[in-house]
Amino acid sequence: MPERVASTAAGDWAPSAVQRDRDEWRRRRTLRSAAIAAASTLLLLGALAGAVVSSPGWDRVRETYFSWDKAVSSFPAVLDGLWLNIRVMAICWVLILVLSLTVAVVRTLRGPVAFPLRLLGTAYVDIFRGLPLLLVIFLLGFGGPALRLQGLPTSPLFWGGTALVLSYSAYVAEVFRSGIESVHPSQRLAGRSLGLSYGQTLRHVVLPQAWRRVIPALMNDLVSLQKDSGLIAVLGVYDAIRRAQIETSLDFNYTPYVVAGALFCCLTIPMARLTDRYARKKGYHGAGGHL
Amino acid sequence: MSTELLRLEGVRKSFGDHVVLSDVDLSVEPGQCVVLIGASGSGKSTLLRCVNLLEVVDDGVITFEGRDITDPRVDGDEVRSRMGLVFQSYNLFPHLDVIGNVTLALRLVHGVGSEEARTRGLAMLERVGLAEKATARPDDLSGGQQQRVAIARALVANPRLMLLDEVTSALDPELVGEVLDLLGELKDEGVTMLLNTHEMGFAREVADQVCFLHAGRIHEQGSPEQVLGDPQQERTRGFLSRIRA
Repeated sequence: MPERVASTAAGDWAPSAVQRDRDEWRRRRTLRSAAIAAASTLLLLGALAGAVVSSPGWDRVRETYFSWDKAVSSFPAVLDGLWLNIRVMAICWVLILVLSLTVAVVRTLRGPVAFPLRLLGTAYVDIFRGLPLLLVIFLLGFGGPALRLQGLPTSPLFWGGTALVLSYSAYVAEVFRSGIESVHPSQRLAGRSLGLSYGQTLRHVVLPQAWRRVIPALMNDLVSLQKDSGLIAVLGVYDAIRRAQIETSLDFNYTPYVVAGALFCCLTIPMARLTDRYARKKGYHGAGGHL
Repeated sequence: MSTELLRLEGVRKSFGDHVVLSDVDLSVEPGQCVVLIGASGSGKSTLLRCVNLLEVVDDGVITFEGRDITDPRVDGDEVRSRMGLVFQSYNLFPHLDVIGNVTLALRLVHGVGSEEARTRGLAMLERVGLAEKATARPDDLSGGQQQRVAIARALVANPRLMLLDEVTSALDPELVGEVLDLLGELKDEGVTMLLNTHEMGFAREVADQVCFLHAGRIHEQGSPEQVLGDPQQERTRGFLSRIRA
């Protein structure tokens, strides 16, 4: 707990000789650590690169996986496909958040009246966490359009997206539920003691605290969804992976897959850094201070 | 060659623009009990945390057992292993039982074998009157009992100096006595203590030296009779009258 005092002017203080010594020593140590880190990183990367490049068969590997010309020629198609992945991912993520939060709230309802709802929620989570995602995509993606249900589109994109939403919501619901249950019961009591209803307490007291705690886990699932949005390629949708597959099948050069992989990483890595920053801004901290 | 166990000279600590301690001089002789008093936010806790190297001072020198522990080359873990710190909110490890809490540092830091650690831990729990709670979980204990476990945990490795940070402030009034009684006994056994408290009666009873802090500076220090009985400074008088009111 930081202690508060009336600040004595910070301006009239100059570090003593001892302190200047310490600061100088710390500065030198920081510099030395940085130099050692840089040197060892370069050494390691250099050794790795050297080992790879000098290994027999490297030429064939480079030609098959890292052909620059092939990368350039396949890039527009793969990028175009990636745009579809991004749209699928964004729309699915919103739906997943809504559905999973609803399921999580339902599963934490108290009282006998809510029993059927809780049962439904539990059954849903159990089933969709148990089913392999690919199986759900096959079931809905190939089976759904064939049903020709009135009012529902037959596009594989729609059914593939539905499969993603159903599967992921089951996982994300559990993330939300763990967050909700990690909020200490005394917070609920404090809310109710002010006259807030159950719902108001949930909305204004419990969920905001739960949300903060589960952000890292949520982002983990979002990153995972970005990749798994590529699974709908099996339905024949022209996403990045499917486009890369087509490009590859022209001459059996696998560079387009590498291009697609690099593009997916370009999506997920910034997302991870962004999450870290958001989390820090929200006041998460790991081990305190310098310890 | 001084006989001091701990000496602070010109210690300064700030958080951002916020100067929490400035120009603090203080010394603690072996076997002494030095009590810090002052309003909330006067820097008492920060002072203890600086001594325990939980905070890095901005300036000044802290000497412990004749060595400058504020030197950045010093191994902080080793220094802390020779001190005991007790927190206001106990900070027991909830995933360990009582004996597990007490023996953790003995086993991990001091290299004591499990058997001996257990024997010493039980003896220490006996000492604080909680031997029968050895296998209980911290959550099943009262606040006073938890704080006595925390004291046992800090004391079991024979620290040269005990730091006690408002150890009774989180306790119900009827539980304060058991903890203060224990501290009084430790003082009689010759344990060196640096503590801060709002219990003036306790300070008067056990302190060899009382220091009044205000806005990060020590405004008055001396025997409890002087500082508490006949304060010379206006600020000290004001603080004491507010405490008693």
